[in-house]
Amino acid sequence: MFVKTALLVLKKDFAIEVRSREILYTTLLFALSCVLVFSIAFVKEGEPLLDAAAGILWIAVEFAGTLALGKTFERERYAETLRALLLAPAPRAAIYAGKMLGIVLLLSVAEVLLVPLVALLFHAPLLAHPALLVALLAAGTIGFAIVGTLFAAMLVRVRSRDVMLPILLYPMTVPVMIAGVRGTSALLQSPADVASAGMWIGLLASLDVVFLTIALWTFEPLMTE
Amino acid sequence: MRTLFVPLILVATAMFAYAPYMIDQAAYESSMGLVSKIFYFHAPSGMVMLLSAVVCGVASALYLWRRNPMADHVAIAAAELTVLYGLIVLVTGPLWARKAWGIWWDWEARLTMSFVGWLIAVSYLFVRKYGGPGSDKLGAALAVFGTANVPFIYLSVNLWRTLHPKTSVVPTLPPLIRGPFWFSALALFLMYLLLLTARVHLERQRAALDALYLTDED
Repeated sequence: MFVKTALLVLKKDFAIEVRSREILYTTLLFALSCVLVFSIAFVKEGEPLLDAAAGILWIAVEFAGTLALGKTFERERYAETLRALLLAPAPRAAIYAGKMLGIVLLLSVAEVLLVPLVALLFHAPLLAHPALLVALLAAGTIGFAIVGTLFAAMLVRVRSRDVMLPILLYPMTVPVMIAGVRGTSALLQSPADVASAGMWIGLLASLDVVFLTIALWTFEPLMTE
Repeated sequence: MRTLFVPLILVATAMFAYAPYMIDQAAYESSMGLVSKIFYFHAPSGMVMLLSAVVCGVASALYLWRRNPMADHVAIAAAELTVLYGLIVLVTGPLWARKAWGIWWDWEARLTMSFVGWLIAVSYLFVRKYGGPGSDKLGAALAVFGTANVPFIYLSVNLWRTLHPKTSVVPTLPPLIRGPFWFSALALFLMYLLLLTARVHLERQRAALDALYLTDED
């Protein structure tokens, strides 16, 4: 029941998105603009600063993710469909899980584009350890999406939600960002520091487990009027 | 707490009046000179800030799952005091750092952690103030997440960088510094307790007033 509901919510979001592709395109374009802005700050005399690639990649993901989160729930609010979803005779936590998976999927698509682009533009050997990079990005993106989906969902009824989301989300995801950026830049060293990258992946994975438990637990009382 | 409130205010006032004398009499730390006196405000405020954050997190969890309105009053009062004591920590810290490290700020583990914790507490107040209806539950979830996040922030920034004196400094203080230190810590903690009680009381009165308005309208 739980998995089925979550997949149904995911399927619904996917079907809407496939028709308009609005969130996907805006997220991708926004991520590109982020990369452009950062290139101004972190490229000196044609050469990117050391370690800049890792930071740019993760900040672009975080910023684009915030935008996508806001948009996804704006859509639900606009047609009052979130209320309909919550009225459905299904476990609330499953609705949360479906929404969260949708965000993870969307950000994964953005990352597939961002990683080669950042590697190319900032001369970073990002693809030297593909398995470790994928593990880092997956664990980090899931951690971000867990907190982000919960906060975006509870902000739906709040007036200044578009300002509030980044204010709440960025301090809360500091460990995700530190682990992501440090882990990625460990992979960018020559030779790559595989041991530290593994340690950061471990930290991210344990964070995902703890945050997911609390999120599934809090979603129900939070969404009850 | 109510009957003890006035006597405790008197005790706290007396302690705060005596504290500067005691700190003045305490031994000078050899390398830091006068600046080392900041320690008597800085470290205890940090302890109280951490305590207050934990109080806020526990109270918020109680409110979220048990719907206890009293827990909500405690949570908002503790969050405000976390911000207040955090401000003391974040202002006195750089003053000390300028002398000890030659820089005002460093992105070091404990500093980053205090800053992030303070930011989360501020965003909690932000939610409560501008969130509109339903913001009490929203804030509670934020506080629960913030508290669960503490070990991860601690671990991640610790692995990232470390420069601040270790917490093991406090139990190994020389006797001439230890006395005034714990005196200051007790005074600041007493002030925290009094402010918290007063603030919870205010919040309760406000809730009672709101309830009265609502019944009057019906």
